Amino acid sequence: MSNTSYQAVIARKPEIIKKATNIDYAAFESGEIGFDYERMMSQVAYSLNKIRQIQQETGVGNTPLLELKNITALARQLAGPGKGARIFIKDEACNPSGSFKARRASVSVYHAKQHGYKGVVAATSGNFGAAIASQAAMRGLKSIIVQEVFDSRGIGQPEILEKGRACEAYGAEVIQMTVGPELFYQFLLVLEQTGYFNASLYTPFSICGIETLGTEIAEQTLLATGRKPDAVVVTHAGGGNVTGTARGLQRAGCESTQIVAASVDLKGLHMASDIDFNRKSFTTGHTGFGMPFATSPDRADVPRNAARPLRYMDRYVTITQGEVFYVTEMLAMLEGLERGPAGNTSLTAAFVMAQHMECDEVIVVQETEYTGAGKHPSPQLSFAKKNGIEVRRGNPIENVPGKAIIIPEHPGQINIKDINLDRVRQSYLRNALGSVGTGALHPQDIEFLAAETRLEAAIVEKKVREIQANL
Amino acid sequence: MSQAQKGDWVQIYQVILPVGERAPQVPAETAGVPLEMWVKGFLEEEQAQVGTDVTIRSLAGRLLQGQLVAIKPDYEVNYGFPQPELLTIGVELRAILEGNGNV
Ligand SMILES: Cc1ncc(COP(=O)(O)O)c(C=O)c1O
Repeated sequence: MSNTSYQAVIARKPEIIKKATNIDYAAFESGEIGFDYERMMSQVAYSLNKIRQIQQETGVGNTPLLELKNITALARQLAGPGKGARIFIKDEACNPSGSFKARRASVSVYHAKQHGYKGVVAATSGNFGAAIASQAAMRGLKSIIVQEVFDSRGIGQPEILEKGRACEAYGAEVIQMTVGPELFYQFLLVLEQTGYFNASLYTPFSICGIETLGTEIAEQTLLATGRKPDAVVVTHAGGGNVTGTARGLQRAGCESTQIVAASVDLKGLHMASDIDFNRKSFTTGHTGFGMPFATSPDRADVPRNAARPLRYMDRYVTITQGEVFYVTEMLAMLEGLERGPAGNTSLTAAFVMAQHMECDEVIVVQETEYTGAGKHPSPQLSFAKKNGIEVRRGNPIENVPGKAIIIPEHPGQINIKDINLDRVRQSYLRNALGSVGTGALHPQDIEFLAAETRLEAAIVEKKVREIQANL
Repeated sequence: MSQAQKGDWVQIYQVILPVGERAPQVPAETAGVPLEMWVKGFLEEEQAQVGTDVTIRSLAGRLLQGQLVAIKPDYEVNYGFPQPELLTIGVELRAILEGNGNV
């Protein structure tokens, strides 16, 4: 039997992951840090037609695009004359397992089955677990989900507890862990012991499965309004949602559609902190994942992340927890749709953005997700109060992540904050150069960094010189 | 009830990394507590007391060992309490929409 100590298992990571994903990532790498992302996507991922067929087999996708007429009317009341775009929402809660994650899981599970794996393993505290378990149930594979759930007092985040319950409902073995990145060790151990497929959120299979969300939005918006969406707002965490949706929109000819990433602002809370863990009311779609994954995408459970959000976002905005709870109520009360939490993050941003757009323009909120016990605003706020977080009506600018949740008194108080993408690109470059130090870069590296940051090669070269001079 | 029978749906517990063996990058408050794990499944032993080491068969069919900590564990999740901070939002928004609120 092999050594199962922490150090020994982490040291075997490359071979374990290779066996469990069956992708030769090295084949797409060149130079010092360069890697041919598009070639990986075209060679490893499936074609759009094949993805549609795979998803049709398990009832994934083709969700309705709903016009939010009352919320649009409300936004127009708050907006200046002639302003107030039509707001649409893609009701992704209609997917099996209740979120867009079914798209992501569908191709991974199909691929695992085709390649003779007997089961799939995923490390996720989110909707992806239920999506994998549900798709695995349909295709007759076993599933194991490794979740970060509890703090050291044994207190579970309500939303994650619910997601664990959902995984079990679909027949998954759920491994529940306390806070800490060493969850990855347990994950590797399970992969090694079972020989199952690594149904990572971040393989080309996962990301290509989201592309149909983008193509459907393009087609349905055109049908409903006679135009392509002017903006699509995407709740952003690990970056797959932005990446896959934007790729799909591009495939469908929506090159000029603005892609807006939106995250709940959790600045100041440490994601690996046993104390901070239960001081937040959102478990995804927040800056705690959104920023690190934008500035350093290759931090995932595969060597090269197929989610590369910085390549696709035209704008990145944040909103506060209290604003999203308020808009969750708005969606239920004005539109008769009880949904969320994560999808309502992008709805909150869209509600503000619509007020600055022309009335004949169209803004699409790219997803909803199912709600339920633990996930709903009332259990989350009950939990927050129990953990000593102040909750009150007021002006959302008084929000302090981990300390105060401020529910707006009026819809006009809802606001978005822009994250400066130039700064995000700068930290991306600093992170990317971390492994090279002051060493020389090859032309392929510069080309890669230019694609990653959407900057001219000459500008990248200049920035690289500046960063290296300061090392 | 602290005695489980074969086939009961139970929960086991294991310490994965004790204090002192946590990864170097974790913050102090996390480094100061162990990394713990819980898994549920069907009890393999004929009978077992809570607190003893047992084997379970998970929903994926794996045999796993750990300390028996709960029998038919509670899902815990619910809808909490109605929140006064949320309850009036719908009425307020309707009023604005119908022209009776302050825009
Ligand atoms: C419903 C929902 N929306 C959005 C996201 C964010 O997606 P991503 O992590 O790909 O950015 C998640 C994932 O955590 C999710 O479950």
